[in-house]
Amino acid sequence: MNLQFSALSQNESFARVTVAAFIAQLDPTMDELTEIKTVVSEAVTNSIIHGYDGKPDGKVFISVLLEESAVELVIRDEGVGIKDIDEARQPLYTSKPELERSGMGFTIMENFMDEVEVRSEPGFGTEVRLRKHLLKSKALCN
Amino acid sequence: MSLNINMEVRDEVLCIRLTGELDHHAADELRAKATKALEDPNVRHIVLNLENLTFMDSSGLGVILGRYKQIKQLHGEMIVCAISPPIKRLFDMSGLFKIVRLEPTEEFALESLGVA
Repeated sequence: MNLQFSALSQNESFARVTVAAFIAQLDPTMDELTEIKTVVSEAVTNSIIHGYDGKPDGKVFISVLLEESAVELVIRDEGVGIKDIDEARQPLYTSKPELERSGMGFTIMENFMDEVEVRSEPGFGTEVRLRKHLLKSKALCN
Repeated sequence: MSLNINMEVRDEVLCIRLTGELDHHAADELRAKATKALEDPNVRHIVLNLENLTFMDSSGLGVILGRYKQIKQLHGEMIVCAISPPIKRLFDMSGLFKIVRLEPTEEFALESLGVA
């Protein structure tokens, strides 16, 4: 499933609800759905605030791949990129404290997903690849 | 679903009741409304009622931390009440409970601040 939308904050809700609706066919638990909605919100918000610096003409791209009992999400932007990924992933680190950012986005992604991979090239954009194994997948009952 | 913000001042306490989803988009409105309400010279404390908050992400943590800093400057306290398990996990992860007190209900929170 592929999704593309403008980097507008009002699209954050659309993004997480749409991804959750698509993943629902794997019959995830409520906790798993909440966790996935939260990480989508985190990554999309990062693209909007940091990648595109609030400029709405940018585009955010999401692709979702369903496996037998796992979900893989790729959330990508073509924004400014991240110079130091290790620093960006530190808990409570934020490059925009004046916007009251908590600096918890990547920490939440790491806590809620099994794998978090960040690739970024300054000037070209950022791609976050997130994988989660689902506990009670329908596939296990087949 | 968007965020509905209900605010009421009871004695020295600003009660903020949130219904819906608190993300980056909704955080801007909450920041503006709460900051304006804190201009009331009677307000010393904040009780944040999250009973009907169905979703929150790290943008919510940021805006709550920002209001905590404002109320601390007034030498007041912030109490969060009626928090759901998923949202409590975010608070635990961020260490916010080290500075913000948790009460089960708004009544308990108000009582602990001396509001009948």
